[in-house]
Amino acid sequence: MRDIGKSFPGVRALDGVTFDLREGEVHALVGENGAGKSTLMKILAGAQPADSGIIAVDGNVVAIDSPAAAEKLGIGMIYQEFNLVPSLTPAQNIALGYEPVSNGLLDERATRERAKKVFDELGITIPLDIETALLSVAQQQMVEISKVLSRSARIIVMDEPSAALTNREIDRLFDIIQTLKARGAGIVYISHRMEELPRIADRITVIRDGKAIETRDAKDFPPDDIIRAMVGRTLDTHFPDLPPVAPDAPFKLQVRDLQGHGVNGVSFDVRAGEIVGLAGLVGAGRTEIARAIACADVPRSGTISVAGNPQKFRSPIDAILAGVALITEDRKGQGLVLGMSVRENMTLAHLAQFVNGGMLIDRKKETATALRFIQELRIRTPGAEQEVRNLSGGNQQKVVLAKWLLGDAKVLIFDEPTRGIDIGAKAEIYALMVNLAKAGAAIVMVSSELPEVLGMSHRILVVNGGRIVREFARAEATPDAVIAAATGAAA
Amino acid sequence: MKPTTRTFAIRGLIAIAVLVVIAVLINVASGNHFLRTGNIVSVLRQITYNCILGIGETFVIITAGIDLSIGSLVSLTGVLMAIIANALPFHGFALIAVTLIAGLAIGAAAGYINALPVVKLNLPPFITTLAMMQVALGLSYIASNGRPVELNSSDFQGTGVGTFLHSGLPNPVIWMFVVLGLTSTLLMRTRFGRYVFALGGNEEAARLAGVRVGQVKTWVYVISGMCAAVVGFLYMAQFSSGSPQTGTGTEMLYAIAAVVVGGTSLMGGRGSIVGTFFGALLIGLLNNAMNLLGINSYLQWVVLGGVILLAVIVDELRKRYLKKA
Repeated sequence: MRDIGKSFPGVRALDGVTFDLREGEVHALVGENGAGKSTLMKILAGAQPADSGIIAVDGNVVAIDSPAAAEKLGIGMIYQEFNLVPSLTPAQNIALGYEPVSNGLLDERATRERAKKVFDELGITIPLDIETALLSVAQQQMVEISKVLSRSARIIVMDEPSAALTNREIDRLFDIIQTLKARGAGIVYISHRMEELPRIADRITVIRDGKAIETRDAKDFPPDDIIRAMVGRTLDTHFPDLPPVAPDAPFKLQVRDLQGHGVNGVSFDVRAGEIVGLAGLVGAGRTEIARAIACADVPRSGTISVAGNPQKFRSPIDAILAGVALITEDRKGQGLVLGMSVRENMTLAHLAQFVNGGMLIDRKKETATALRFIQELRIRTPGAEQEVRNLSGGNQQKVVLAKWLLGDAKVLIFDEPTRGIDIGAKAEIYALMVNLAKAGAAIVMVSSELPEVLGMSHRILVVNGGRIVREFARAEATPDAVIAAATGAAA
Repeated sequence: MKPTTRTFAIRGLIAIAVLVVIAVLINVASGNHFLRTGNIVSVLRQITYNCILGIGETFVIITAGIDLSIGSLVSLTGVLMAIIANALPFHGFALIAVTLIAGLAIGAAAGYINALPVVKLNLPPFITTLAMMQVALGLSYIASNGRPVELNSSDFQGTGVGTFLHSGLPNPVIWMFVVLGLTSTLLMRTRFGRYVFALGGNEEAARLAGVRVGQVKTWVYVISGMCAAVVGFLYMAQFSSGSPQTGTGTEMLYAIAAVVVGGTSLMGGRGSIVGTFFGALLIGLLNNAMNLLGINSYLQWVVLGGVILLAVIVDELRKRYLKKA
């Protein structure tokens, strides 16, 4: 792949990346969240078109304009989220789209034989006749690999294949990768885990801000150098000054031994006026912690106190009533009702404020409040009646914020507050967070953007495996140290 | 460019103008019969039951659900109300009121049972209300021994076939407008109504905003069951008997048609009670016009089916248009 460029509205995702893969080689691709790894691989797999650059396979320049075209060239992609049909058997999944047919009918025997053959080649045993949904994650991954292989893929891209596996399963995976190498396949291995790179990779390329920064043989690329290449930039300075937190400010949020889906015993405190950043890699458990505190997912155990009062949350309503607001990561999926107006979205969580005589909604009062927030937050919309689906990402995010500012939230949890929004709107949201903190709210911020975490937090908690593994005060947090803690390199 | 309120208004005017022209043409073709007051009133009378059932169905469909059981519930509540009315020692208003309240309670209970598996087990409402459709129909035959239950009292006749204060408007039409007013206020002006829309538009966002999703869902099926009970009551009053044969199975289809033609999205999150009224009215007028023009009644089915399909296609095209905007 030579000089690959790709732009999304407002973002230059790839800025002339050149990347090559040899026969029988494992080439690891590392970089921060959003550095451009996935985009590069989606272009290779034909899932997205490139704006510029050329791709050559076996020395021949090729055009990959669809996933089918990529498949024909022997390029196989194994995404983190598997593309398996859960209700079909592993054998049927492997044959999907290429079902063997005899006399116009499906040939189930040939289907099974084909799957068996691939499994044998890889030296794995997986039941052929049960629903794929019943297999473990590791087994499903093997099915996914087998599926790619059965289509004679010679270039295999694995996106974070080890993320969901146990150590023993990872050993199996690496054995299989060795087998694939021996057969002459080239493997692109995307990973966040520093510690496994020397074991599996032949070469390593670091991507940052849409550019290929450095490529070296794995044995000449120590973790420290990799991290430096991954971070390698001075911090942006467009963050507002954080007001200091009084050392004796009261605790607004206290979390003790929180356990739940993806959360394995988390304890921390946030004082009034404090912004605490949760850093970590994708899948580390940051969002899960945020959701458990706000009871978006009901936690198994642990205690949460708001302003010193222990709480027992059974549903999001309880959390809202106690003054905990969760600004979710997925605006469109969880934060907004897209077909509703700006006004209706803003008042949804606090409609009781707008009911007169105990029965009917006072629409005038609603509109007045909506217009006030549109002005205060500088939301660019033709009016309060505009459907939010027509607003830009930044303005949609402000509508979500207004929804929670309407209430008297003591604790605000921001999950990726600035994802996918432009710089101007970002600065406004940062300023708003500072104002909230000044007014005495406790703020928890989950962010995958390292500069954001470093620039906007009084304290930084690094999350890995659903636990808090390190705590940094603002002064001692450096990009290298945080990344090292998050990747487990400094264990 | 985004559509503005003004272009919508202009389009609305054009649509109305086209309808007026069509109405006048039909009127001419039918020998000046179509637009006569008497004919309009009789159309209103004809759409009463379908409109009230459609209103209940509107609540359910806005939450992206469906209620197939309403036709059978008309039969069941009608039969049970007739049995109850015959057993009651009251007369006049007290008899009517107690019978109606009992019927509403039965309809509400059936709606509650419809909602339980949907809310607790997340089962598709298509299945649970399909089951209720069969159960309610069977029960109404069992309770009535398969024959209409004649009312002993004639006190219901005023409700079923009388007219309102010499206005010439049949009483059931007045009932329809009362239900229309109450439910439209409930849907458009109360917290509950807002939550119905929020739930249909994005259930997860509604839940995280503190909406008691299960409660709201339960209530929409209860309302649908109660609307079926009102229709069961009016049927019983009209025929002076509660018959297991009133619910033939097509009521639910016509009600859903009225909802969809009225602009309520089957995908949830969008719709209105007034729209359902106009949907029922449009279907009623269409049938009436085809009758007046002497169109074969089998062909009328084909036309009605076409209208429903058209309404769904328009809904889908509108959604695509919005996605692009």
